[in-house]
Amino acid sequence: MDTNEPNASGVDIPPEMQGQVAITSLDKVYNWGRSASVWPMMFGLACCAIEMICAAASRYDIARFGMEVMRPSPRQSDLMIVSGTVTKKMMPIIVRLYNQMPEPKYVLAMGACASGGGPFKEGYNVVSGVDKFVPVDVYVPGCPPTPQALLNGLMKIQEKIRGESIKGSRWYQKGGDMAEIPVPLLGPDLIDLRKAADLKTGEKV
Amino acid sequence: MTTPSPLPAIQPSQSDISVLTTRFPEKINPDSRSGYSGWVVDKTQLLAFASALRDELGYDYLSSVTAVDYLPQDQIEVVYHAYKTTGGPGIVFKVQVPRASEVEIPSLVSVYPGAELQEREAWDLFGVKFTGHPDLRRILMWEGFAGHPLRKDWHEPYFEEDAKPLKSRWPEGHPVKAESRNKYGDNIAYPDGFEPQNKTFDPEKALYDALQRNSPDELGLSTDRIILNMGPQHPSTHGVFRIAVLLDGEKVINLKPVMGYLHRNHEKIGERNTFIMNIPYTDRLDYLSSMSNNFGYALAVEKLMNVKPPERAEFIRVIMAEMTRISNHLMAIGALLNDLGAYFTPMLYSLEERELILDIFEAVAGSRMMCNYFRFGGVSRDLPEGALQKIKDLAFERLPRKMDEIERFLSENEIIRSRGIGQGVLTAENAIRFSAAGPLLRASGIPYDIRRAEPYSIYDRFEFDVAVRQNGDIYDRLMVRFEEIRQSIRIIQQAVKKMPEGPVMALKPMYQVRVPPGESYGRVEGPKGELGFYIVSNGKPNPWRYHVRAPSFINLTAFGPMCIGQKVADVVAVLGSIDIVLGEVDR
Amino acid sequence: MNDMYGKGILKGLGVSLKRFVETYLDDLTWFGKRYRTDAGIAHRASKNARGIFTVQYPEEKIPVPEEFRFIPFLVYDEGRNGEKILRCTSCGICAKVCPPQCIWIVRSTDPATGRPVPDPAEFMIDADICMNCGLCAEYCPFDAIKMDHDYELACGKRNVYDKERLSKPALYYESIRPINAGRENAFRAAKTAARAGLSE
Repeated sequence: MDTNEPNASGVDIPPEMQGQVAITSLDKVYNWGRSASVWPMMFGLACCAIEMICAAASRYDIARFGMEVMRPSPRQSDLMIVSGTVTKKMMPIIVRLYNQMPEPKYVLAMGACASGGGPFKEGYNVVSGVDKFVPVDVYVPGCPPTPQALLNGLMKIQEKIRGESIKGSRWYQKGGDMAEIPVPLLGPDLIDLRKAADLKTGEKV
Repeated sequence: MTTPSPLPAIQPSQSDISVLTTRFPEKINPDSRSGYSGWVVDKTQLLAFASALRDELGYDYLSSVTAVDYLPQDQIEVVYHAYKTTGGPGIVFKVQVPRASEVEIPSLVSVYPGAELQEREAWDLFGVKFTGHPDLRRILMWEGFAGHPLRKDWHEPYFEEDAKPLKSRWPEGHPVKAESRNKYGDNIAYPDGFEPQNKTFDPEKALYDALQRNSPDELGLSTDRIILNMGPQHPSTHGVFRIAVLLDGEKVINLKPVMGYLHRNHEKIGERNTFIMNIPYTDRLDYLSSMSNNFGYALAVEKLMNVKPPERAEFIRVIMAEMTRISNHLMAIGALLNDLGAYFTPMLYSLEERELILDIFEAVAGSRMMCNYFRFGGVSRDLPEGALQKIKDLAFERLPRKMDEIERFLSENEIIRSRGIGQGVLTAENAIRFSAAGPLLRASGIPYDIRRAEPYSIYDRFEFDVAVRQNGDIYDRLMVRFEEIRQSIRIIQQAVKKMPEGPVMALKPMYQVRVPPGESYGRVEGPKGELGFYIVSNGKPNPWRYHVRAPSFINLTAFGPMCIGQKVADVVAVLGSIDIVLGEVDR
Repeated sequence: MNDMYGKGILKGLGVSLKRFVETYLDDLTWFGKRYRTDAGIAHRASKNARGIFTVQYPEEKIPVPEEFRFIPFLVYDEGRNGEKILRCTSCGICAKVCPPQCIWIVRSTDPATGRPVPDPAEFMIDADICMNCGLCAEYCPFDAIKMDHDYELACGKRNVYDKERLSKPALYYESIRPINAGRENAFRAAKTAARAGLSE
């Protein structure tokens, strides 16, 4: 079945509107299905992970949103909740996990540390925010954000998913696969390979 | 106002002192700096001194090993704290060497094996080489990192000033993002002459070599052995912790824990902070039991300042510390059962009770987890209306009933018994040798609890038992935690009945405290073990050295030997029974 | 001791079943008012909670206690013409006591004389660094910066809050922290009365 053909709905649709109507209602169904069953990746780094576990526990149940299936494997998850401080030693692993997630994928930076380095920003082993390497969709501030704040952030992700359209999304077009983010190396300090070609010691990027 | 002189830190008995001075006539000297205590031992006599301490004087438990960089005096000092498992005060001894880019000191691993991971940390962060150490690699940073970060002349890439408060925030505080001040636009710095795109690095090689070395090949056949990496991202909810296991089929031959994935530079930031600014940072060490961490730090600084909190504050502190212990053990029980395969259900039961305790913390301190409640000389504010009634309701009615229910739910379960009894055994003498602490030590038969051995705060006024079990396997560690929850409930019941009225703060609230110069080691019986804070102050508003003796970190020394000979599936269960928290392990 | 293999597991299942039944019994005793009502939420967050324990955010929100702290905000009093008079005098104590140093203050200067004026020209807090410790609110001598209760701050970009975003009226502060505000207002009133008494 050719998915570009509008579904035969039994309602008389004028020919110039046929393309738009079917895809709009298809949009709604797709987005409803995707937003009501986002599967987060079980990826707790630090203190914010405990609030994520409390959000998954019985008082602030995220199973009501369809998200209780926390898959440890990145191949089976949609949403990476980066909860906790990202350190340089951990950064290659985070990038590798993000590359392994199948599209469509989303990233939620939970807490001050994942959004912008947090209180540990001045440390020599801390990356100031996970968005230095990985594109982030929603930032949830707080240290740690209470489970109710995290649920608010997850609802924003759901709103974002519902606002997407098949015609506009990158992952439904032909070609346009996202290039993998190169995994940073650990040398005398963290080496970001996207900037390494321009980096020479002493020159400002 | 004259600042009172601090109390001497640790006092061994007179007979012990006389044995030491007669045995080592010139090579050891009492530490004569004002505010310091203990002995300065000559480097050449260190091993003989330590053996005498352990074998003749009975100081069989090495609690903490750390290094201090005295840049103005041009020396590096390594500080050791040792205690007796029969109780009582301990002894502190130091080795001083002149400062150089690499200094060498004999390793104490042959006398006290529990020093293994701590000496690796001193090598990693200070550049102190320990001769005779079986496996001296970096532990918190990765192999190949440039420099030894905790030295005083090593500045981090976002370095602004030596001490906070920073002048750039006020009165001309135009916000400048830290990224724009660094020449690479990010929190990185490369050594001179480094070309990023030309090199290839293999930080893993040293780890795998260390794993293969010293692994006995019992049968003499050269069978194929697998190196399996478990972690840092894995379903067991202990955090970013990696285990490299050498397997023969399913049997574990050797095991090395790899940590540092959450190293947040707590000690370096602690040296830049003032004393009060460090209190919110201590919350984030063992993030499941923040009130205990605050307690240990407040005790250490109050020893230096010679301040005693008022009665009501002491009672509030004890109640909060015991509620923290209950909430931590509930989470530990839930996490252990999660690892054993009961996917999330027991955790839901124990997290429900924990939520009620966190509600009380939120009402009293303002936040569920990062409480920031203790101050030097008391607590920051009094209990609000209704909080004491809520604590009474929990301690007298709800918690005892629910703990009975959870214990009925779990302790006779056949699967837990067959997976727990006899697995992951840690014998009593190994527990002392590896400096294990907390429930890990007590489940192996050693009844050492700091609240009884060297009571701090007002714990000597409460009646409670020390939970001990004899076998040292996974099941015993679970049962010790249940028993400790019941004893904590008992303490809270006594405390709420006796709580007096009165002020909660001995000093006036001031945002900068001046602490007299000296050193102090304040330790509390945290839920995971002995949590100690070693602070060196030189009279300025910022500490000169700030070290955390983290129980989870040191308990991991026993992790390798406990798992050798077990199957791979038991490794995760053993890790769950040690109950680590990565915020503490990596600091 | 295990005469019947599986007895322990059955005991555990019995506990789960008891919980399942308790939820419906509790529903009956509440006559359907167990959900979406304040009394129901308070019951489920108390020691008497039996059965299901879930508080269904976003329709039901557990009320936060008075001491709860999230991101700070600046308090302003309403002037005669509705203008906002910030209580902040830009003394800088909050910037000095903040542990991760996330507060940036520019003190205003009088354009004519060049002398400092006790008013902040710029006041920025980087919420991506703030650790919600509350030390700024604890040590402010003018009751000018307090900790907010609003936690629904998730958005799609980084958060640096400026003076405009941080200012909230004193009435809002009194509504979220009535006991603290009452005590501070009484203290301030007593001080002005004492000063008025002295000056007479």
